Amino acid sequence: MNLALALPIVAPLVGAAISMMIRHLMIQRIISFVAITTSFVSSLVIITTVVSDDDIVVSRLGGWPSQIAITLVADRLAAVMLLVSISVVGVVLVYSIGQQASDEHSPAYHPVYLVLAAGLAQAFLAGDLFNLFVAFELLLVSSYVLLTLEGTDKQIRSGVTYVVLNVLESTILLLGIGLVFAATGTINMAELPERLAALPDGVQMGLNMVLLVAFGIKSAVFPLYFWLPDSYPTAPSSMTAVFAGLLTKVGVYSIIRTETLLIPGGQSTLLLTVAGFTMIIGVLGAISHYNMKRILSFHTVSQIGYIILGVGIGTQLGFTATIFYLMLYIPVKTALFLIEGIIERETGSSAFDEIDGLAKRSGFLALLFLIPALSLAGLPPFSGFLAKLAVIRAGFEQDQYIIITVAIIGSFLTLVSMTKIWIGLFWGEVRPIPSDDRIGVMRHHKVMSAASIGLVGATLVLAGFAGPLYDFSFDAARQLLDSSLYINAVRGS
Amino acid sequence: MSIAIVVLIAVLFTSGTYLVLQGSLTRIILGVGMLANGVNVLILGISSRPGEAPIVGRDGEFSDPVPQALVLTAIVIGFGVVAFLLALAWRGWTIDGNDLVEADDEDRRVTAEKIDRDDAVFKGDWL
Repeated sequence: MNLALALPIVAPLVGAAISMMIRHLMIQRIISFVAITTSFVSSLVIITTVVSDDDIVVSRLGGWPSQIAITLVADRLAAVMLLVSISVVGVVLVYSIGQQASDEHSPAYHPVYLVLAAGLAQAFLAGDLFNLFVAFELLLVSSYVLLTLEGTDKQIRSGVTYVVLNVLESTILLLGIGLVFAATGTINMAELPERLAALPDGVQMGLNMVLLVAFGIKSAVFPLYFWLPDSYPTAPSSMTAVFAGLLTKVGVYSIIRTETLLIPGGQSTLLLTVAGFTMIIGVLGAISHYNMKRILSFHTVSQIGYIILGVGIGTQLGFTATIFYLMLYIPVKTALFLIEGIIERETGSSAFDEIDGLAKRSGFLALLFLIPALSLAGLPPFSGFLAKLAVIRAGFEQDQYIIITVAIIGSFLTLVSMTKIWIGLFWGEVRPIPSDDRIGVMRHHKVMSAASIGLVGATLVLAGFAGPLYDFSFDAARQLLDSSLYINAVRGS
Repeated sequence: MSIAIVVLIAVLFTSGTYLVLQGSLTRIILGVGMLANGVNVLILGISSRPGEAPIVGRDGEFSDPVPQALVLTAIVIGFGVVAFLLALAWRGWTIDGNDLVEADDEDRRVTAEKIDRDDAVFKGDWL
């Protein structure tokens, strides 16, 4: 089991090291593929162990006693986040190999991508705060490189915004971790709950706020989200897919850990307010733009609001809704960005004033877009509807009618913005595209389309299996709310 | 933690924050470095028993190795990030001829004017 926990982190790192030494593109692709597959298989092993034994799996690196060891911990939430993330990383890897422009451009692409995958795995499995910090840094620095790899003017400019803001976030996170250490003398997440509870209320609140601000910048909640719509649209579509689908979710995962394990607080008015504003302002931003990539970036912000809403409600149903939403939403978001990448590749742009009539040119692409779009907007029978239903149910249980109204309005406005994309890009008379004056049927790159179809198909399958997934989330939430399970598992008692 | 360390941390944070809010990327990078170092000094300041090595010696006295490990890691990470930012700045310089960060054209004009004014004051041309 120690091996299975360590492999998702070690395999991509080793692959990155080998990949950096060998500059042959085909070999780099094979190495990436092998490393991600190894990670995927280990994460399957982890989640089957966690579910079948109904236990939290722990690995103490180096065999040191638990109070001082660096631990890797996998409970249900961590295991499922790991599985979903590695799958998405794998799909986007296939997609970007198909896109060819990304990895032909620089021999640094594959190694850095593998480091990103390692950072993701480490973030979900980390058992102490500093390991989490290092994982964040692995993730962030890889994303800095991948964002600016093509070195165009636009990328450099928005890349700088992205880098500086995330460096600020790292500094604040390090500050928070340093202060937690100063107050309690430990950074092990199993030792912290008791020691933090012994602190005066004001100190606890202060530490909670510092950590929340740091993780909030990462998750792009209101009012810390401004960097996201500025920088995401300029990255290559496959990278934006990974960033929007996964990087912000690491921030959300950390918020969940902070609010359940470290400083449990039950219902949090602050988080509810933040969630409400995020939902509305994100989607208002989406409606006001005329470029598909920018609209989707704003949607990312808005959907984070729904996830934080579950955390803010703080009951078992609330966390169930959060975990359920995360599971269903990550593939949908990634699929939308990948489809946008296909559009951009074939037509050279995704701005409304430059393209029209895509539905006439490619019914396949229209259908491929429609499924995740309606899912994001929350229409039945797609997965987004079920996820939103879970959130609303959690809200009703706690009589949180205001926030539920806000959530429904946000959902409505999401539908409006999706309709806007549909009318702007897909409907209307066919207009000659900028890159060449073709108005015939679109040719699609097979690999990119296959990857996108795979993801969209996954969202449909997930919607079909929603019942068992909801039960899984329910158990995961129960595990989250009872921090003694985590603590005892790590201590080995 | 002596008062000198506290003042140092405060100064580093203040100047770092001020620099990060500037329009020129070089100043932002300096600010980022200062903020990172401020946090590092903070973590070092909260560790116990200054003046000892983090090794259990003959007399059994040692200082806490955990914050020292944290700071070492943070220094290395900060160094890597600053190096990357410098590469970005250089690349921006070769493309644009300046290192302004504003995305807005109006912002850029205002920032460029401010930099020219600052240069003039430094050279003593503008009173």
